[in-house]
Amino acid sequence: MKFGLLINEGPYNHQAADTAYQFARAALARGHQIQRVFFYNDGVNNASKLTEPPQDDRHIVNRWSKLAQENGVDLVVCVAAGLRRGLVEDNLAPGFRISGLGQLVESGVEADRLVVFGD
Amino acid sequence: MTETRDQIAEQAGGGVHKKFMFVNRKAPYGTIYALEGLEVVLISAAFDQDVSLAFLDDGVYQLVKGQQTKALEVKNFSPTYRALEGYDVEKLYVERESLEARGIREDQLLVPVQVVGAEEMAQLMDQQDVIIGF
Repeated sequence: MKFGLLINEGPYNHQAADTAYQFARAALARGHQIQRVFFYNDGVNNASKLTEPPQDDRHIVNRWSKLAQENGVDLVVCVAAGLRRGLVEDNLAPGFRISGLGQLVESGVEADRLVVFGD
Repeated sequence: MTETRDQIAEQAGGGVHKKFMFVNRKAPYGTIYALEGLEVVLISAAFDQDVSLAFLDDGVYQLVKGQQTKALEVKNFSPTYRALEGYDVEKLYVERESLEARGIREDQLLVPVQVVGAEEMAQLMDQQDVIIGF
């Protein structure tokens, strides 16, 4: 099955960011496709390369980058939500790209299921 | 980088029609969910999709007339709901139980809506292809 993911919550602040990642990994492991992961609301902060968690904690941002690198998953950050929160091209982690909300609607159209991770 | 509505409509959709429902559960102010949720609705209207909105829980407050936000120093975005009709977004469903629990009457809402019970709302959700909740 082809899944689209929408992530609406920030890393470390909310379980949604972790669960979305675990869902993506599990889906890929079972042979499903991740059509796109779209980051919206505070979810855009999952893409900040300035993120530096304590050494003994998981690195949520690098985890996404690795997922993109290994599986070619399309990680898209909403331009408007990003600008509002100071998340721009310059501080984007590897594997992420910035685009418009049209990409989210397109995900709804193209994926078999759009799964929302939020509050 | 910011796409115009025409560009978006051109590059996506591809003749596929799906039923999109946006589920609004949160109060209009206090968090950004209602405002940013509405921005997605407006973009989705550029696609040739079947779009509807559902309002439940504190989300029903989003549609209450006479919102005054000056003291909060945030923008009153409630007039945007009136503009939805111009985008051909005309299916607005409001859950009856949520209105009643908050003492809100239908005539206090700023746009025409269909008030439906929880059971009917569940059936409407069941008919959708894509449900996005904010």
